[in-house]
Amino acid sequence: MNSTLLRTTTVRSALRAAAPTASTRAGLAGTTFVRGKATLPDLPYDYGALEPSISGKIMELHHKNHHNTYVTSYNNFSEQIAEAAAKNDIQAQIALQPLINFHGGGHVNHSLFWENLAPTSKGGGEPPSGKLASAINTSYGSLDAFKEKFNTALAGIQGSGWAWLVQDTQTGSVQIRTYANQDPVVGQFRPILGIDAWEHAYYLQYQNRKAEYFKAIWDVINWKVAEKRLQ
Amino acid sequence: MASTYALPPLPYAYDALEPHISKQIMELHHSKHHQTYITNLNAALKTQAEAVHTSDITTQVSLQQAIKFNAGGHINHSLFWQNLAPASSAEAKSSAAPKLVKQIKATWGDEAAFREAFKAALLGIQGSGWGWLVKIETGKEQRLAIVTTKDQDPVVGKGEVPVFGVDMWEHAYYLQYLNGKAAYVENIWNVINWKTAEERFLGTRADAFKVLKTTI
Repeated sequence: MNSTLLRTTTVRSALRAAAPTASTRAGLAGTTFVRGKATLPDLPYDYGALEPSISGKIMELHHKNHHNTYVTSYNNFSEQIAEAAAKNDIQAQIALQPLINFHGGGHVNHSLFWENLAPTSKGGGEPPSGKLASAINTSYGSLDAFKEKFNTALAGIQGSGWAWLVQDTQTGSVQIRTYANQDPVVGQFRPILGIDAWEHAYYLQYQNRKAEYFKAIWDVINWKVAEKRLQ
Repeated sequence: MASTYALPPLPYAYDALEPHISKQIMELHHSKHHQTYITNLNAALKTQAEAVHTSDITTQVSLQQAIKFNAGGHINHSLFWQNLAPASSAEAKSSAAPKLVKQIKATWGDEAAFREAFKAALLGIQGSGWGWLVKIETGKEQRLAIVTTKDQDPVVGKGEVPVFGVDMWEHAYYLQYLNGKAAYVENIWNVINWKTAEERFLGTRADAFKVLKTTI
């Protein structure tokens, strides 16, 4: 995951170090900015590959525009927070933290989301097996019962957000959790499978009928990737 | 018996705000989204009335978030429809709000600076929410403020009168503007109902929320 999320762009970093921009501490900032920059990962399938569950137009806008904006903004605010750190400006760093959380979270969430989807011709929708299947059966009784609980969680999100199947790193058990806006799954929980419940994820195709989107997306869930994330 | 709320009719046709907000958006937004908040609010209030009747306090507490969200959705949309007007109408000109504009200028310098500040607030919302121009009364003093609220949280604080609001949920613009929400925020100025804004600015909280009473 880290390799996709933080691909170091050496060329760009080098350029930046050589030609620091208008900063009051250009010299300091120049060295601070030699760091990995987030880049938009390629989709592992074509934009139209998840039809009819998710239209090609939604996938294209979602990946090329929405996700890319999170990447660009994350890099921008990362630079600003690095600059603030270099100046020991604690207030500025704190003020930037919600923006790092939001845009960094948007980048992390979407990167995981693309990977945990797959066209039906490439195994999308094929039920999980092994350890993950057992964990779901233990916690929810059956895959169908799990999907129903997951869809109820998705439908219950008040505003923008995500629902995730997560693994508790303390107990190893799995559970469904919802997260507001772009809050990423970090800390005690490990992301296994995520579904985007922002309106931009479905509105062009499903409008206000979001329950239909939640039902259809299971046909393109990549359970193989989810299995690999479970530890 | 709990009150039952009903969908207030739009004060204009679904296509009346074109080209700034499309007919399709207005129709879905009013007849589907707003209606769903009302349906869910009525259901939650009915369950709450039963829980009050049976002194079931845990159920009453557990219903609070659903009531806040769905009542907020009903309040916000009811105010929103009224503070919009067709671009060609006299109401859509800021000259329809002389006293409000005077205070806006006193607060932000000029109308353009106010619009810039309002725009920045709207575009800074992370996720779903609303931006409002709010009159805040503290004793004899009153001031204007730009306030953003998350999800469907309504502006109902003590002394707060919502003057006008802009819906920043993606369903409010996505079918027409896609990810270009800055263009939506730019165009919404063409359809703000300044006459309604002036009335709310000069009136009381009860006046602003009158629309909710009429739909019980």
